[in-house]
Amino acid sequence: MNKSYIITGLVIFVLAVLSPFWFNMITDTQAAPEPELLGKAKTEKKCVLEKYEMRANHMSLLDEWRDSVVRNADRQYKAANGHSFNMSLSTGENSCLGCHEDKAKFCDSCHTYASVDPYCWECHTNPKEIE
Amino acid sequence: MNQKYLIPLTAVFLLFLIAYTGVEGAGLQWFFGIVFPYVAIIAFLAGFVYKVLGWASSAVPFRIPTTCGQQKSLPWIKQNTIDNPDTSTGVFVRMILEIFLFRSLFRNTKAAFNRNVSNRLSYSWEIFLWIGALAFHYSFLVVVLRHFRFFTSPVPSCITMLEYIDGIVQLGLPGIFLSGVVLLAAALFLLARRIFDTKVTYISQAADYFPLFLIIGIAATGLAMRYFTKVDIIGIKTLTMGLATFSPTIPEGVGGLFYAHLFLVSILFAYFPASKLMHMGGIFLSPTRNMANNTRAKRHVNPWNYDVKTHTYEEYEDHFREKMIEAGLPVDKPLDKKE
Repeated sequence: MNKSYIITGLVIFVLAVLSPFWFNMITDTQAAPEPELLGKAKTEKKCVLEKYEMRANHMSLLDEWRDSVVRNADRQYKAANGHSFNMSLSTGENSCLGCHEDKAKFCDSCHTYASVDPYCWECHTNPKEIE
Repeated sequence: MNQKYLIPLTAVFLLFLIAYTGVEGAGLQWFFGIVFPYVAIIAFLAGFVYKVLGWASSAVPFRIPTTCGQQKSLPWIKQNTIDNPDTSTGVFVRMILEIFLFRSLFRNTKAAFNRNVSNRLSYSWEIFLWIGALAFHYSFLVVVLRHFRFFTSPVPSCITMLEYIDGIVQLGLPGIFLSGVVLLAAALFLLARRIFDTKVTYISQAADYFPLFLIIGIAATGLAMRYFTKVDIIGIKTLTMGLATFSPTIPEGVGGLFYAHLFLVSILFAYFPASKLMHMGGIFLSPTRNMANNTRAKRHVNPWNYDVKTHTYEEYEDHFREKMIEAGLPVDKPLDKKE
């Protein structure tokens, strides 16, 4: 094979491998979102799980809640810290969004950053958006 | 049990444990999360370039027409322009098909004794290597491309699109990505083939098993993190973005499993140029695939031929003409008349 083809291919390959580095140099890189507690959540200071476990595991918890509510009509979640919560994403004071009021900050900022597109909102609505 | 796969298996387990205990026990996050990934990527690129440049500077063999079709011949004989090309366009098509569809593997055959009274050795088409290889390589490609979400912010829409298609079955939460499952299944299939097919076992070395176990380890730790043990994805992206922007940080609350995954990936990168995995670059330089079969149509002069000192008949006759005439031998040119 012609040597100049090999060198061209090699240069393209090296650039492709290094793309995470130069891509961040030529584009504006968005910083990681700073999670902050707002409104009610700021004063309550008690959640269903401990902080890091919540960050890693909340989707499984919501999945379990959905099954529990839809299949067993069991809507009460007794947390490890002794508090009881209503198993609901968006309905009522005692739900996730009842306490963490700002969906854009509470859900979307991290999901967008990690390129996660959960399908929660295909059925649920953000209570703040209802006129 | 066979040393040729027990040793690589043990090695991958040990590598996993080194990273896991190194992080959980000794708190060496900075080494497994920052130092070693950089070392690995440098080793990968330097090794890859070195290998390919070495190949580029070595002698190109004479065109080897190991082809699978009729070569260009008389006008009324139909040529197979892709399997036996005589133009660079045909070669290009053959290379594209080889690289994207693995046509050489498609032709894979197996030899076995007939399961009847005749007990004759016969060869038959064996397609499963080709299917396994296609599933493995394409799912691995998708998995690698999907990981760009950890190195870009905001994530480009082509990656989001890929994730959407990969997660189209929407099973469970977090939704399943087909590529990850297919990758693990295909790697296990390729491993099973090496272990249970005695003819393949016979030609398999530790260097064939090690990359397989390594990739199985990477896929298993990756799937475990996503679907079972769960990790703080924002913390991990902080680390990977730190690596990509040369401002490394170690996040809180990310456990040993992630570092073990990252360490196995780093080992794969560092090991890559020294291994059979270099077929990634080598496939482009396959001498039987990337040269046109035009040896009869074109004269190929050996490029490193030196000038051979020759003595032609004309020179010989010039030298001995007088003596030849004296001896009565015939000459092409008569003797010049001397003035």
